[in-house]
Amino acid sequence: MAWWTCCRYAAMIPLSLELFNLMPPAIDVRQARKRYGQLQALDGVDLRIEQGEFFGLLGPNGAGKTTLINLLAGLALPDDGQLSVLGHDVVKQYRASRRLLGVVPQELAFDPFFTVRETLRLQSGFFGLRRNDTWIDEVMHHLDLTGKADTNMRRLSGGMKRRVLVAQALVHKPPVIVLDEPTAGVDVELRQSLWRFIQQLNRDGHTVLLTTHYLEEAEALCTRIAMLKHGRIVALDSTQNLLSSLAGCRVRLKLAGCLPATLLPQVVEQTDGDYLLSLPSYQALESMLAELRVAGVAVQEMTLQQPDLEEVFLRLVGRAVQ
Amino acid sequence: MWKVGFQTVLAPVLTALLYLLIFSHVLAQHVEVYPGVHYTAFLIPGLMMMAMLQNAFANSSSSLIQSKITGNIVFVLLAPIAYWEFFAAYVLASMLRGLVVGIGVYLAALWFAQPPLMFPIWIILFAVLGSAMLGSLGVVAGMWAEKFDQLAGFQNFIIMPLTFLSGVFYSIHSLPPFWQALSRFNPFFYMIDGFRYGFFGVSDISPWVSFMVAGGCMLGLTLLSLGLLKSGYKLRY
Repeated sequence: MAWWTCCRYAAMIPLSLELFNLMPPAIDVRQARKRYGQLQALDGVDLRIEQGEFFGLLGPNGAGKTTLINLLAGLALPDDGQLSVLGHDVVKQYRASRRLLGVVPQELAFDPFFTVRETLRLQSGFFGLRRNDTWIDEVMHHLDLTGKADTNMRRLSGGMKRRVLVAQALVHKPPVIVLDEPTAGVDVELRQSLWRFIQQLNRDGHTVLLTTHYLEEAEALCTRIAMLKHGRIVALDSTQNLLSSLAGCRVRLKLAGCLPATLLPQVVEQTDGDYLLSLPSYQALESMLAELRVAGVAVQEMTLQQPDLEEVFLRLVGRAVQ
Repeated sequence: MWKVGFQTVLAPVLTALLYLLIFSHVLAQHVEVYPGVHYTAFLIPGLMMMAMLQNAFANSSSSLIQSKITGNIVFVLLAPIAYWEFFAAYVLASMLRGLVVGIGVYLAALWFAQPPLMFPIWIILFAVLGSAMLGSLGVVAGMWAEKFDQLAGFQNFIIMPLTFLSGVFYSIHSLPPFWQALSRFNPFFYMIDGFRYGFFGVSDISPWVSFMVAGGCMLGLTLLSLGLLKSGYKLRY
């Protein structure tokens, strides 16, 4: 068969894979378990992140987020279950899976003997990339590190060191990027420039897995979110669905009279005729207004407050605790 | 290694020279270990090997413990590197430092005495074997230790006594029978004795026996290091 014919058929493979849904997920976790002594850090986690997603992994401290990331990155070994990156098992095919993964660790770690550029060259070398200066320059430019290229790592501020960590994760152009609390303790300027760069990478086809304590970041950036609690996933849905189906809404009312007793259990705040009520859904709004009408209480002002991820998070975490 | 060359190369060369200066000055008139071999010349191979062993060990062990404590070991662990490549990188780096220090001690010691180079192959063989063995032991110690204190204990209570009681400054034939017998359980003795044979063509025991013992120890430590690295011992939790 002629070479060009082979190429033509080969070019059709990705399309066929997509049509039959055979494209491997960016990250596939099946029944992952990990125990540290008495602590069950992960207790049968199932998670599938498709290619190109901007995915958020949320949870309180000790929920198992970093353990899950460590298992994916090969920094820890699973007790049970299977984890893969773009179809490559992280234990059996660790070379391929690690090449496809760029991890920004949570802890600020650096080698005090090197400058920023030397650090990035060394990191490129770990991935077998000898001449990587063009990409290193581009990454440094996007992370505002160009001016610090020849500065020793010890002389950088915490925020700058965090930028270098991000750059190190990107030196080998990984298709899947894992960011473990990348904006913890950094200034607003870095956050914005970092998110612009990561969003650009996501638009270019890179899959992003993000853990963060800044829930507004997750809400603004992630298309899907999983919430972990005690090593288990307690919610996994699109950000929009999580916000609309679980959070309900809040209503601020200014009334001409007193609130009927039937509505008192829903009061969150109360100040001189002003009430903030938490309703389980928008449908509950209609029955609330009907009860006010029956009680003959006039509504002087009414404001609807949109639910945010923090509320969803607190409700889910609370539910998991119960 | 070159970024901290003063500490990793020059300082051990200077230490070895101080030993040479003091011991040769004090003992040269009183001791003749091998017939026709001046004591200062006798000391040089021993001091070279001692410096190589100590520095090879220090290189891998301190690199690992420092990376573990500062946390930058994570960058090596995240890379697509096999456990045997990890081992090879640390041991080869240790061997390089050991050999550079050994050559440095030799060149500096030429000012005091010029020992003959009777069998260069044996010299190279034991230099490579010794620095590889201690580089390998350094990998094990670096993985095991969780703080600098533990590593210092390893260095002070294992490496240092084994080095000083291995015949760097004397021939074991000058020892009482009990200490002679005990010395034969010290693998460092075989490396120093075999290495010295390469210079003078004279040794306490056959260089082949030394080679077998040193090679066996090297093989054992290599297998131990590789086994620990493969299991992720104290590295991949």
